[in-house]
Amino acid sequence: MAADPTAVSGGAAAGAAADLIADLPPAPGVWCSGLRKRYGRRPAVEDVSLEVGRGEVVGLLGPNGAGKTTVIKMLLGLVQPDAGEVMLLGRSASDPAARARVGYLPELFRYQPWLSAAEVLALHVRLTGAGVPAREQLESLSLVGLRDRAGDRVGGFSKGMQQRLGLAVALVAQPELVILDEPTSALDPLGRADVRDIVLDLKGRGVAVLLNSHLIGEVERVCDRVVILDRGRLAASGSLAKLLGQREVRLHLTDVSAAAQARLAATGELERAGDWFTVALPADDDATTVPDLVGDLIAEGARVHAVEPTRISLEDRLLGILRAGHGGDR
Amino acid sequence: MSSARTVVIIAALTLREASRRRVLLALAVLTVALLGLSGWGFSRLAAESSEFSTLTSGEARLAASQLLNLVMFGFSLMAALGTAFLAGPTLSGETESGIALAVLARPVRRSAVLLGKWLGLVVFGSGFIVLAGLAQCVVVWATVDYWPPQPAVALALLAAQTTVLLTLAVLLSTAVSPMASGVVAVGLFGATWVAGVVGGAGASLDNEGLERVGTVSRVLLPTDGLWRGAMHAFQDPSPITASFAAAEAFPFLSMAPLTAGYLAWAALWVAMIWGLAVASFLRKDL
Ligand SMILES: Nc1ncnc2c1ncn2[C@@H]1O[C@H](COP(=O)(O)OP(=O)(O)O)[C@@H](O)[C@H]1O
Ligand SMILES: [Mg+2]
Repeated sequence: MAADPTAVSGGAAAGAAADLIADLPPAPGVWCSGLRKRYGRRPAVEDVSLEVGRGEVVGLLGPNGAGKTTVIKMLLGLVQPDAGEVMLLGRSASDPAARARVGYLPELFRYQPWLSAAEVLALHVRLTGAGVPAREQLESLSLVGLRDRAGDRVGGFSKGMQQRLGLAVALVAQPELVILDEPTSALDPLGRADVRDIVLDLKGRGVAVLLNSHLIGEVERVCDRVVILDRGRLAASGSLAKLLGQREVRLHLTDVSAAAQARLAATGELERAGDWFTVALPADDDATTVPDLVGDLIAEGARVHAVEPTRISLEDRLLGILRAGHGGDR
Repeated sequence: MSSARTVVIIAALTLREASRRRVLLALAVLTVALLGLSGWGFSRLAAESSEFSTLTSGEARLAASQLLNLVMFGFSLMAALGTAFLAGPTLSGETESGIALAVLARPVRRSAVLLGKWLGLVVFGSGFIVLAGLAQCVVVWATVDYWPPQPAVALALLAAQTTVLLTLAVLLSTAVSPMASGVVAVGLFGATWVAGVVGGAGASLDNEGLERVGTVSRVLLPTDGLWRGAMHAFQDPSPITASFAAAEAFPFLSMAPLTAGYLAWAALWVAMIWGLAVASFLRKDL
């Protein structure tokens, strides 16, 4: 950088170039392509590609043994991929320095039992080379509810407390990419809510988050996109809206005239159970269908008691995808 | 994050681990016990030789040399056990338990982490053997007024012996479980010592086959050769000691000082084993 020749030949040109670079969208948090890994003769991961943009939360889903942890470990250089390429924050992952701004909570979270919680954080800050002051390090302990245990030896921590410490470790060195492998597996419901808040806060600050959890409800609440793995392969991926596909709306109506009924039927496939009407919404719904429909129904004299959007749950969709994948083999 | 910084951080962490684990306390207790016991033994030796005057001064020095080497063997065994059983948990223990996952996901090179661990262990093991050995020399000097001819060389060789063994333990712990690596390292250490004694007996009996056992084992694992060099630097250099050592093949006396060639081999051996350990650690899937 210091020996940049353009800086000598023309300061203005160099400035313009710097502006251009600054205006470019930042490289994604993670980008990987064609990842493959076999253990012995058993393939664990086959041809997995994914990307997590800045400020995006991506959920990695799949049954046990699908290869989620293996993918995460390959991203971090903990497992050597047999094939494929990984970029972290715009740098090739083969250079350890690419992990300077990466926070990681392993599925198997264990920290040096002979150190105190505060010492573990200090160690990780030193290893990243980031100058995080001690006060800020303690703040990340507060964030996970361990502030008053900062001086206690980690060896005496419960599993849940160690997982909380692991979260603090992942967050302590000002990460721009955070990878959490089942971050709530040992946490109480309160801790799970904390993790949700932490993830949403990271997203708000433009941090890329890759999250692996089998608590689908949790994933559904925080993730922008999901990637579904099944037996090492990408089974499906996309935004929640796209993956969940068709949505429906349930209406509780009385005084439904023939015209109102026709209006309902014109919107989409209609089902009726007593006073409850379920209407499928068009796939290209741009958020005007429901208000327009309700307005028209009222104009036709119908009385509207309730309007409930319903979605096929992610869980049902996931089961569907996995069953379809397995059925295809047989 | 430069690799040198990583090495220093991990070495300091390893030293802190050693100081906080029970291994340090155990070593300290054993050391004090051995120092006290040997102080008592040497003071008995001094009392015998002055009360009955049955020992000539040469014989007294010979006895002191043997006893000193015997106690030093105890210390080197303790250093070997201590570092070998520290190297296991700190490497394979950490990969097994998952502690290594969070550390190695940081912007660090694995080779730098391994070098840091190794360096921390070398400082710990060498520091222990030098301090304990020096304390023992002072005990001997205070009780029977014997001071070894080359204490610095002897202590350095003991430190080298510890380094050789813990390098082996580090290699083993990148491949097998923590307990197994400690047991195998200490077992090999004991086996080469026995082979060295057998070789010594072979030499005094003019049995070439037996003698070769000692020579070969000393090349395969240089702990025993370094140990013999250290003994030579501790013991009384008078001819009476030399003739006694040659005639009796006594395991706690050595016939010859170390050659520069052997030292070079030991250094090369450490470098090679360390290289193997790095290669094994780099390929490991965590
Ligand atoms: N160290 C290993 N040695 C052998 N097989 C492994 C190892 N790690 C993972 N596997 C195998 O790889 C597959 C994927 O495992 P993993 O990535 O842990 O799944 P997930 O995290 O999705 O539950 C499994 O079949 C598992 O048995
Ligand atoms: Mg997993």
